[in-house]
Amino acid sequence: MIDATGMPQSAVVVGGSSDIARETLRILAGRRLRSVLLAGRDAGSLEAVAAELRTLGVTSAETARLDVSEVGGLDAFAAEAARRLGEIDLVIVAAGDLGTAVIDELDADSVAANIVTNFAGPAAVTLALAHVLRAQGCGRIVILSSVAGMRVRAARLVYGSAKAGLDGFALGLCDALEGSGVDVMVVRPGFVRTKMTEGLEAAPLSVDAPAVAQAIVRGLETGAAVVWVPGALRPIFGVLRLVPRALWRRLPG
Amino acid sequence: MRPAPRSELLAGWGRAAPTAAGVVRPRTCAEVEEIVAEGGARRGGHRLARGLGRSYGDAAQCGGGVVLDCTALDAILELDEREGRLRAEAGASLDSLLKVLVPRGFFVPVTPGTRFVTLGGAIASDVHGKNHHVDGSLGAYVEHLRLVTASGSVSCGGGEHEEELAATLGGMGLTGVITEATLRLLPITTSRMIVDTERAPDLDACMSLLSEEQGRYHYSVAWIDALATGRRLGRAVLTRGDHAVVSDLPAGGGDPLAYEARQRFSVPLPPPVSLLNPLSVAAFNEMWFRKAPRRRLGKLESIAAFFHPLDGVGRWNVLYGPRGFTQYQFVVPFGAEAAVRTVLERLSAARVASFLAVLKCFGPAGSGHLSFPSEGWTLALDIPLGGSGLSELLDGLDTVVAEAGGRIYLSKDGRLRPELVPSMYPRLDEWTAVCRRLDPDGVFSSDLGRRLGLGGAAGAGRRGEAA
Repeated sequence: MIDATGMPQSAVVVGGSSDIARETLRILAGRRLRSVLLAGRDAGSLEAVAAELRTLGVTSAETARLDVSEVGGLDAFAAEAARRLGEIDLVIVAAGDLGTAVIDELDADSVAANIVTNFAGPAAVTLALAHVLRAQGCGRIVILSSVAGMRVRAARLVYGSAKAGLDGFALGLCDALEGSGVDVMVVRPGFVRTKMTEGLEAAPLSVDAPAVAQAIVRGLETGAAVVWVPGALRPIFGVLRLVPRALWRRLPG
Repeated sequence: MRPAPRSELLAGWGRAAPTAAGVVRPRTCAEVEEIVAEGGARRGGHRLARGLGRSYGDAAQCGGGVVLDCTALDAILELDEREGRLRAEAGASLDSLLKVLVPRGFFVPVTPGTRFVTLGGAIASDVHGKNHHVDGSLGAYVEHLRLVTASGSVSCGGGEHEEELAATLGGMGLTGVITEATLRLLPITTSRMIVDTERAPDLDACMSLLSEEQGRYHYSVAWIDALATGRRLGRAVLTRGDHAVVSDLPAGGGDPLAYEARQRFSVPLPPPVSLLNPLSVAAFNEMWFRKAPRRRLGKLESIAAFFHPLDGVGRWNVLYGPRGFTQYQFVVPFGAEAAVRTVLERLSAARVASFLAVLKCFGPAGSGHLSFPSEGWTLALDIPLGGSGLSELLDGLDTVVAEAGGRIYLSKDGRLRPELVPSMYPRLDEWTAVCRRLDPDGVFSSDLGRRLGLGGAAGAGRRGEAA
């Protein structure tokens, strides 16, 4: 159960080896987290995270192979997760892939695949797990969106538009789940220095994964519906969304 | 035909972690039996009784299950005025019972700080009052219970099924649904209290006043300013009193047993943010301390004013804003005064806004396996949720309490570390054995029970596995 301070005892993590998910789980393991199911594509790195969590006090840390782009298997995955954990307090959806944005390198297949990885797959698995949580009458879903989805830039063409879709889906799902005991939190980080962004030049106000994790845990404590990391991005994007396109496309970063 | 369960979001008085459950409102004991019999350990098959929802945490919630709202089972079945004994359905509130009892010269033997609790809920929490040092907890006055368990109805008390009775007093509703109870009453001759009020400048003064004069008063409690620090840490106003007798009342004052308990005001709408912050609470506490007389003896007060001051304001719990609050209540044995001081010091240093904290002495423990009160000091404070670092702060306090041999009150809890429960409640194994026998499949379950791993099916199988 999620306790009065917002801390979960069990969690399913889609994209379980992502840096942000791992840092979040580390903090939660120090609080109440005792059972975890880590799902993702890379069994080796999932197992490494699971092993670390066990040393941090998580009594049951299991892994499951999951590719969110294989949409057909997601309901079965949700049922399996419910069976293995008994009860799911927290769902973290952190699967994603930056992909390329160089227009010359993009083709129809790569655009479709990236949108499946960053939007269709995460949205579908979220929905499958949301049904499990609804039946429990409780639970919290944390969806990793991105400021890249707030206004799509050429430099994040496909990733940004997929995140825009996922962000909208998450907000809508939150409303759809009103009264069910299930809550959705949308996390909108700026540039995060992680495996996924390795080799890219960091944008202004960039943060690292532990900072995002702290903001996520803080959001669980306060019951926030939307979390910006860092918080200053919220007013900044309030302005950036209104900037004329001629200027927008010339902005650096 | 019973209506189908209606899905509802249920929370405790602290409004902290609501969960959705199907809610049914049985009108007869037979309906309760039916609803329990339809339960099972599959998802959606859990059952739990709920009264007026005054437990602060998640004790009366059962996410995904079926919650029996017992407030329609509120009949008074028998009132023996010669013997001072009441038999009533468990959904009857103390509020409704007092309206009947006080004018007839009886009082409930134990009342918590609110009269808006059901009899069943009060028994399941084994509530205590300001008279615990003299009279013990409510369980001591329960002569008989009717309990609908997962394996059928049981009549407990009077030498029968005493083990089930002990598991149910303070059993947090996890042994079954209490449908009726027989209670020994306290005879009174007036509806007034005769009250002495006294200020204590610091914690030591407060504790020595409370412990030295144990037993001189029938009812005794200290209200502590939890924001006072340093020299003034633990400054308090003690209110102690007894039931007034007719000769205490002014002549010609009308019916000595006239009883009035009204709600003067109700918070109309939940505010969008908490109105209780360190500033507003500090101002309130300062005013309240200064307003209290240094020492005033023999003031007559009504039962409602003395026992249930907060009931004068309806829905005061929403003042803590949308994130809600928790109440931290613990008991430590006499001799562990340092633990009380440490808790107060840490909370006042953290500027965790709390209206008044309540300190009192408990007498010996009762017979309930999971009953909270045990001999020593108990302190209760309201703490708003959502603050940064609160989880760690409270975990640290739990450690202080556990190391002092104390425990946390489950009816107030929403966040205790499950690992600490067995050491805090040494009779847990006895209790679990009764639950396993009565309810091997874990039909009865609550959010609190699942969070802390309590109940018949605890450890044996988790929810959903049989789905």
